[in-house]
Amino acid sequence: MSAAPDPAGAPILKVEDLHVRFPVSGGLLGRKRTLHAVSGVDLSVQPGQCLSLVGESGCGKSTTALAIMGLQPPSSGAITVEGRPVYGPGAPDRRARARLAQIVFQDPFSTLNPRETVGRALSQPLMLHGVRSRAERAERVATALRQVGLLPEHAARYPHEFSGGQRQRIGIARALILGPRLIVLDEPVSALDVSIRAQIINLLMDLQQNLGLSYLMISHDLGVVEHVSDRVAVMFAGQIVEEGGWREVFTAPAHPYTRRLIETIPNPARLTGGASEILPPAPEPPSGSIFWPPVDRRPDISQPPEPSALVSIGEDHRARVRPV
Amino acid sequence: MHIPFRLNLTLGLALVSLVILGAVFAPLLTSHDPILDADLMNSEMPPSWDHWFGTDSQGRDVFSRVLHGARVSLTIGIVAQAINSTIGIALGLSAGYWGGWWDDVVNGLTNLMLAIPSLVFALAIMAVLGPGVMSLLIALGLTNWSWSCRITRSAVMSLKSQGYVQAARTLGYGDIRIMLTQLLPNIVGPVLVMATLGIGEAVLAEAALSFLGLGIRPPAPSWGNMLTDAREAIRSVPWATIFPGLAVFITVLGFNLLGDGVRDWLDPRMQVRA
Repeated sequence: MSAAPDPAGAPILKVEDLHVRFPVSGGLLGRKRTLHAVSGVDLSVQPGQCLSLVGESGCGKSTTALAIMGLQPPSSGAITVEGRPVYGPGAPDRRARARLAQIVFQDPFSTLNPRETVGRALSQPLMLHGVRSRAERAERVATALRQVGLLPEHAARYPHEFSGGQRQRIGIARALILGPRLIVLDEPVSALDVSIRAQIINLLMDLQQNLGLSYLMISHDLGVVEHVSDRVAVMFAGQIVEEGGWREVFTAPAHPYTRRLIETIPNPARLTGGASEILPPAPEPPSGSIFWPPVDRRPDISQPPEPSALVSIGEDHRARVRPV
Repeated sequence: MHIPFRLNLTLGLALVSLVILGAVFAPLLTSHDPILDADLMNSEMPPSWDHWFGTDSQGRDVFSRVLHGARVSLTIGIVAQAINSTIGIALGLSAGYWGGWWDDVVNGLTNLMLAIPSLVFALAIMAVLGPGVMSLLIALGLTNWSWSCRITRSAVMSLKSQGYVQAARTLGYGDIRIMLTQLLPNIVGPVLVMATLGIGEAVLAEAALSFLGLGIRPPAPSWGNMLTDAREAIRSVPWATIFPGLAVFITVLGFNLLGDGVRDWLDPRMQVRA
C-alpha cells in the first residue's frame, strides 16, 4: 500500500492475501494432509457498497466470511475493518470488534437461541456494550424490530413462534443492534422459501440505503446477487477467479467458471438486459496465457495452488490467468 | 399440541414431595424413636396400627426408621449429585467449547473415572476418610460426574457451531458468558435428567456403602444399613427389607419422573401461547 490512503476512498473492509489452511488427518495411517481452503484472497469493500462473493459450496467463501468476523483465525494474510486489523497485534478485542462488523447467517432456524426471547437476544448485546438504562435498551430493541419490518411486541416471543423469513429478519435486527457499518451476509436468503426471498432482499437494500451500510454478501446463487451487488467476486477452489463491477462480470463473463455459473441461471439474458439467451462469446485471455484454474477437472485443494495472477481484462474487470 | 396435565411431572412431584415431607417432618409423623425405642419383647412384629411398617429384629419401629433414614439418604443423594453435576457440567462445558489440550485432559480424566467402577472408587475414599456423612458426600460427590461431563461435552460440541453461538461471539460475548447464557440453557434437559438419575444413583450408592458398613454408622438409620440389618431375616421378616427397599424405589422413581417432567416443562417449544 502507498502512503496515507485518501479517507474518502478508504475501504471499510480490506482483505489482503488471505490464506486459511486446515490440517486434516486422512486414511488409516493418519497421514497428515493440509486443506487449502482459502488461498490468497484479496477483497475490498468501499463504504456504502455491496460486494458479492460468489461460488459453489466448499469453495472457501464461508471460511472467508468467518475469518473476516474473527471466528476463523487465518493462516496468513491481513484483514482490516475500518482500518483496524482483525487479528494480530493492535487488533481490537472481541467486544470492540463487535461494533465494527456483524454477520447474518444462512440458517434461520439455528441463528436464534431457542431459549431466549427475541427481546433478550437483542437487548443482551446492548447491555454488554454499556447501555445501562433499561428504557433505552427497550427503545433500541423496538427500533431495530421496526427497521426489519417486525413489531415491538414481538420482543416478548420465542424464536419458535416465528416463520423462517421472520427469523431471518430477527437475525438482521440482531446484526444491526450495535450499529455496525459493515454487515457480512452469509447466504442470507438461500434457506428461505422463494416467495420470501425477494422480501428479505428488498429489506436488505432498504437498510443499506437508509443506514448507509456496507455489505459483503456470500452466495452461491447469482440470481440473488444481481439485485443487490455493486461488485462481484467469483471464488473457485479457494481463489478469486474473476472480479469486477457486476455489469462487467455478468455481461462479459471471461473465466470459464464464471460462465458456467451464469449458465446455471434459468434465464441469464434477463440479468443483463440482453435480448439473447446465449452468453456473449468469451473474451480471449491476454496473449500467452490461459484462464486458470481449469474447470474441467476438480482442483485438488490438498495441494497449494499453482502460481497464477488476476490480470485486468477490461475496465473494472479482472480474471485469473497463468502463462502457458 | 395442548397438554393440560403432565402426568410425569405431577406424579414425580408427588412422589418426591412425599419423600421430602416425610424426611422433614419425620419427628412429628412418628411416635416411636428410630433408635432408642428398641423393644425386644415386640421385635419382628408384622405391620399393625401401632407399627405401620412392623418392627425389626431389635423391636424398633420400621416406619420411624424409614422416615428418619430418608433425611440421611436424601441429603446425601441431593448434595452428592449437586457436587457431581457441578463438576461434570463445568468440565463438560469448558472442554466441549474450548476443545484443544483442555478437552484432551478432561477426556482423559473422564475415561479414567469411567474405567474405575465408581462404587469401588467411593469405597476406597471411604476407607481413607472413615465412615460418616461428610466422607460420604466427598466420596459420592467426586466419583460420579463422568456421565454428566460426557453428555454436557457432546451436547456442547454439537451446539457450538450453531448460528446463535457464533453470533454471540461476533456480538462480543465472552466465552464464560456464552457457556452460561447460550449453551447451558440449551443442554438443561439432558443435564437435568442425568442429575435426577444421579440422585437416584447416589441414594443407591449410599445404601450400598452403608450396607457394606462404610457409610452411615449404625444405629443411626439409613436405608442401606436397614437393608443390611434385615437381610438375613428377609424370609421371616420381609417388611423390614421391603419398606426401606420401597423407599429407595419411590425416591428414585420420583426423581426420574420429576426430571422428565421438568425437561418438558422447561422446553419453550412445548409451551402453548394463549
